[in-house]
Amino acid sequence: MAENFEITDEMKSKIGWESGPWVCEVTSTSVRAFARGVGYTDPVYYDEEAAKKAGYRNIPAPPTYLGTPIFIPGQSDDTFSFPPGSMVDINHGLPNLLDGGTETEYFDTICAGDNLTCVTKLADLFTKESKGTGTMLITATEATFTNQDGKVVAIQRSQGIFY
Amino acid sequence: MSVSWESINEGDSIPELKKTPGVTQLVKYAAGSGDFNPLHHDFNFFQSKAIGSIIVHGRFKYATLGETVSNWLGHSGQIRKISCQYRGMDIPDKEIACKGTIKRKWEENGEKLVELSVWTENEEGKSTTPGAVIVVL
Repeated sequence: MAENFEITDEMKSKIGWESGPWVCEVTSTSVRAFARGVGYTDPVYYDEEAAKKAGYRNIPAPPTYLGTPIFIPGQSDDTFSFPPGSMVDINHGLPNLLDGGTETEYFDTICAGDNLTCVTKLADLFTKESKGTGTMLITATEATFTNQDGKVVAIQRSQGIFY
Repeated sequence: MSVSWESINEGDSIPELKKTPGVTQLVKYAAGSGDFNPLHHDFNFFQSKAIGSIIVHGRFKYATLGETVSNWLGHSGQIRKISCQYRGMDIPDKEIACKGTIKRKWEENGEKLVELSVWTENEEGKSTTPGAVIVVL
C-alpha cells in the first residue's frame, strides 16, 4: 500500500521498452494441461482425433492460451515462468500485484505443435487511486505472438496493478 | 453442439457455465498456465493473509469466459477477440456463473461476425469479470 506513490521520470522512460524474442511452446501436453486447468470437458482440447474431426490440424489451443514459456531453473522467473529479459524491470518498490485486465486478439488458429515467439512491450504506465489500497501503479503491456511461419497469430494486451 | 448464423439473435443469452473452483482446480490452472503466484494457492502468502484468502486467478475466470463461448460455438466459428477486466476478487469453493449475451450481429468484408457481452457472476449476483468477445462464424 502506497500513500504517496508517484511515477518517476526513470519509470516513465521505460514506456516503449521491448523485450527480446522468447518462445512459448504449444504442445499436445501443454494444451491438455491448460484445458484441464480450466476444467474443459470438450474432447477437442484433449484428443487429436476429436480435434481433426472438428476441422483442426491438431489439438487447438483453448481461448486465452498462448503457450507455455520454456522453464530453465535459475534463469526463468520462478513465480511466473517467464524467461529472463521478458518482463520489464520497473523499480517501483510496490510489493502487491493484481491482474487488471486482459485482451487477446487472434489473427489465426493456434494448435499443438506451434512454436510461438513472443515480444513484450511496455505500452503505458499510469496511476489509479483506490480507497482500500492507496495509489496504484498500472502497467499496460502488449505481447505479440508470431508462429513458426512468421505470421503474427495473436496480440495480448494486459494490465498489471501494483500497490 | 454447434451454432448457426441464422439462429443467433441480438439480445439472446448463450448457455451459462457454472463452476465452483476449489484449491485443487486452481493448482491445476497454475500448472497449466505456468502462473505460480502464491496468491492463488498459498494461504500463508503475505498478500493472501492481507486479503483474508487466496483468490481465484483473474486469468482462470478469463479462460472460463473463453470456455463458455467455445462451448456455445461448438467449433463452428473462431474467437477473434476476447477481453475482460478483473473488477472483483473471487475466492475458492464459491460458485462462479459464466454468462454471455449477443450484443451485435453483422456482416463485414464477407465475414459473419457476432459480438457478445460476457461476464462472471459471484454467488451474490455481482459481475466480477465483465468482458467482450468477437467471433467469426
